[in-house]
Amino acid sequence: MKETDWRFRVAHREAWIGLGLALFNFVWWFAFAYGLGSRPVEEYTYIFGLPDWFFYSCVVGFLVMVVLVTVVVKFFFVDVPFDEEQEESR
Amino acid sequence: MNYSVLIPMIVFLIIIFFIGYWSSRKLAGSSNFISDYFLGGRELGGFVLAMTMVATYGSASSFLGGPGTAYTMGFGWVLLAMTQVVTGYFVLMILGKKYAIMARRYNAVTMIDFLKARYNSTAVVLLSALSIIIFLFSAMAAQWIGGARLIESLTGLSYQSALFLFAVSVLVYVTIGGFRAVALTDAVQGAVMLIGTLILLVAVIISGGGISNIMQDLINENPNLVTPYGAEGNLSAAYVSSFWILVGVGVVGLPQIAVRAMSYKNARSMHRALIIGTIVTGFIMLNMHLIGVFARPILPGIEVGDKVIPLIALETLPPWVAGIVLAAPMAAIMSTVDSLLLLVSSSIVKDVYLNYIKPDASLKTIKRMSFGVTGILGVIVFLLALDPPDLLIFLNLFAFGGLEAAFIWPIVLGLYWKWGNKYGAIASMATGIISYIALHFYNIENGNLFGVHTVTLPVVLSLLAFIVFSLLINRQAYDYNAILYRNEKQA
Repeated sequence: MKETDWRFRVAHREAWIGLGLALFNFVWWFAFAYGLGSRPVEEYTYIFGLPDWFFYSCVVGFLVMVVLVTVVVKFFFVDVPFDEEQEESR
Repeated sequence: MNYSVLIPMIVFLIIIFFIGYWSSRKLAGSSNFISDYFLGGRELGGFVLAMTMVATYGSASSFLGGPGTAYTMGFGWVLLAMTQVVTGYFVLMILGKKYAIMARRYNAVTMIDFLKARYNSTAVVLLSALSIIIFLFSAMAAQWIGGARLIESLTGLSYQSALFLFAVSVLVYVTIGGFRAVALTDAVQGAVMLIGTLILLVAVIISGGGISNIMQDLINENPNLVTPYGAEGNLSAAYVSSFWILVGVGVVGLPQIAVRAMSYKNARSMHRALIIGTIVTGFIMLNMHLIGVFARPILPGIEVGDKVIPLIALETLPPWVAGIVLAAPMAAIMSTVDSLLLLVSSSIVKDVYLNYIKPDASLKTIKRMSFGVTGILGVIVFLLALDPPDLLIFLNLFAFGGLEAAFIWPIVLGLYWKWGNKYGAIASMATGIISYIALHFYNIENGNLFGVHTVTLPVVLSLLAFIVFSLLINRQAYDYNAILYRNEKQA
């Protein structure tokens, strides 16, 4: 048996993807919230009635994450068996 | 008493009971009681997995305390609450497939089983069991108080009778049905939360005369309410961002969440749960906290934050719809409590009793212990909650942060970093808990150190402790496949 199980390589890659998504999520959330939100209130514009910083940071940010997670899961995540029997040797 | 509100809630409770009973029938025919009772036999599908994670996580604080604070603080608090979207995918992606595979290799039923097999250390097991029992116990008490208060404000029953009603409802299905009952009821409860929050949000927007109108009212009252900085302008970017650790990525370290990450059937369930979980978490958090803010112009002057949601529901909806909607926070509370109860009970029965006190206990004894300990724990929490402390959200966050600081690195690095060893794990847990408690009191006296939430620094310190002690004492690479050779030899 080898040093690393092939399933571990899959698992490690997917964990890194998770970390990447979270970082992206944070940057998006922070940049819009405090980038737009630090202006004086009088300069806010409103989208669907919500303050622009909030709309982009929290509403659009959430939708973007849903799309990203879906894409990542559908195209980059690999279906692996969890039980040992299905491995090559035994 | 308000019967038209009460009837939908009672129907809801009856459905929940029925699921508990059905699960207990399934449990009676099981050949592996421990794994079935505490883990549902590792057979959760994607939908149930996602829902049980969301429901366990979404507690009184997200359904009563959180929206209540949003009512006072404005949009800044909704922004803070939205840091929780990350939990929808992060936990399952980070623990992910490696955790699922290793948990099966170790034959782990609880998070502590995993730590026990990984670090091979009695100290790690006892330290973890102790922190779970202490911290989750206080979290549980906080939730029971929330549940009882909710019933109290809806029905006009006394707090004591409300608490009793709540305790009996939870205890029955947890005790008889175990994890499967908990996960299945969580799925129903999650669906109730989802629908309930949507109905309430729409009702609140309509009764406030549209979002733009509500926004204008908020600005007229206090323009700070629509900024990210809170009503008093005292929510700093650093403070709000530190909630990414507390209620976002740090959730990986919560035992009640981590145990769910070993309960699913296969990779496909996990993939589905990732997508569903992200959608449901984001949707519920966004809705609930917006409701809190929008309620302000409609019902000004509510003093107790926890009452905002019940009051606004009764104000804006016909009574029987309010009953259905208010089943949502009820569901949130019950689904958190049931998981915590089962987890504390599993720590005692599985991790302490079976490991160290009586490893050769017969199936009958184990069964009796499991039912008994779960029941007794419930009674103790009930008695404690009779004379409750006031700060629900406080207790809850205290337990959250303490456990996260203790467990996040032993789990995550134990899974991915082969140099991690028991000395690192022990040092990390001790550092996490001690520094959390110390910093907690420091922050109360002097204001938040560096302007961030208490959890931040202990999480960093426990990471350093884990790495330093693992490398300094008895450094040795861990072989993740070693367990396989051992299993083969035994076979």
